Amino acid sequence: MTLIDLANPTKFLSLTARVLPPLAGATAILLLIGLYQSAMAPDDYQQGATVKIMFIHVPNAWLSMFAWGVMSLAALGTLVWRHPLADVAQKAAAPIGAAFTFLALVTGSLWGRPMWGTYWEWDARLTSVLILFLMYLGLIALWRAVDDPSRAARAAAILTLVGAINLPIIKFSVDWWNTLHQPASVMRMGGSSLDKAFLIPLLVMAVGFSLLFVTLHLAAMRNEILRRRVRSLQMMQASQPAA
Amino acid sequence: MTALAALIRRDIRIALRVGGGALIGVLFFLTVTVLMPFAVGPDLALLTRLGPAILWLGALLASLLTLDRLFTADHEDGSLDLIVMGRTPLELACAAKALAHWLAAGLPLIIATPALGLLLNLDAAATSAVALTLLVGTPALTFTGMIGAALAVTLHRGGLLLAVLVLPLSIPVLIFGVAASQAAISGPLPFGTPFSVLCALSLVSFVIGPFAAAASLRHGLD
Repeated sequence: MTLIDLANPTKFLSLTARVLPPLAGATAILLLIGLYQSAMAPDDYQQGATVKIMFIHVPNAWLSMFAWGVMSLAALGTLVWRHPLADVAQKAAAPIGAAFTFLALVTGSLWGRPMWGTYWEWDARLTSVLILFLMYLGLIALWRAVDDPSRAARAAAILTLVGAINLPIIKFSVDWWNTLHQPASVMRMGGSSLDKAFLIPLLVMAVGFSLLFVTLHLAAMRNEILRRRVRSLQMMQASQPAA
Repeated sequence: MTALAALIRRDIRIALRVGGGALIGVLFFLTVTVLMPFAVGPDLALLTRLGPAILWLGALLASLLTLDRLFTADHEDGSLDLIVMGRTPLELACAAKALAHWLAAGLPLIIATPALGLLLNLDAAATSAVALTLLVGTPALTFTGMIGAALAVTLHRGGLLLAVLVLPLSIPVLIFGVAASQAAISGPLPFGTPFSVLCALSLVSFVIGPFAAAASLRHGLD
């Protein structure tokens, strides 16, 4: 089976039907291990046990940006290569990314209340992630506004690529501005500044959440393909003369 | 006369003539600026502090209102299809339309700013600072808004969706516009820093806006 065979929706459906159960199992196992390690991690000397929100907040934040990155790649696939499954990949990733962004904002807000004394602060990182969330919602609105799925896909692809400029802004916002949100401590020049006791559970949770994204994305792509088939059948039936 | 110059002239003429498409933006700017003291209270000191922000918000919302007309009028009577199919590169045609839109709808906002500055108890220095930042920032609003206008052109009820798509992209312009005005009026920050970023945002939008809008029109008008 060559790579081009993956572009066939039917082959894609049969392949994902075989791949999804073990993938979901691996996700569950990794998340359970990660949660156990997070629970067993030591308390921070300043933050106490509250630091453990980090093990959920940070992977969610990473994935909210990763989802937009996946959508941007799919957008390139739609506009440049006209890949048949790129439309489906784009549309399926948007609600998942929006959910991760929302969770990142909520868990961050819950963490901020005991740590900073406030649920919200208009600093650069929080504001740019909030703008990312608004852009996700706008993108979902655009998908629903156009009836024809392939035209909607092209419009959404352009908006996705224009919105991708927000990703470096989010990443570097804590460096460019004086922010309340702490600067980068994992992905930075000179290596991570986190102790291994925190870094290992964090990375395990990050991989677990990434697998969760892939599982949900593939499942959502399957649903979207089936939804389009239903739509085609409905259109065919509607164009028949009444019996 | 070249095709682009003809396009610009045509757009300005239509905007200034038919239905007050351009001047209604100024009217909306005036309305929003007048509504703010009703909401905030007539305390003059407070209005002076909020003045640049109110003017910038009014200009942003007024340009959002008029952006709807950028492509829909042409789409309805079929001239948008002619522009897309014409020999002039579509990117340049979009840039020309955005320039005409800014001249017809954005410049009047800037001309109206001194009068509105009086309503908000801003002194001459403050008003001219706001007007200067608006002069540099409203092209960015028009050119990035053009992307949303192109995406929403084929939708019948596209107006609100246009606003939802365009506003997140306009937030940096708003932030730096108000920051530059505040820096000129009172702030410890030098005026040059946010002003340069505002200029940069406008220049970037001159490039990205027409390309994204042209791509949207080509893909959306099948």
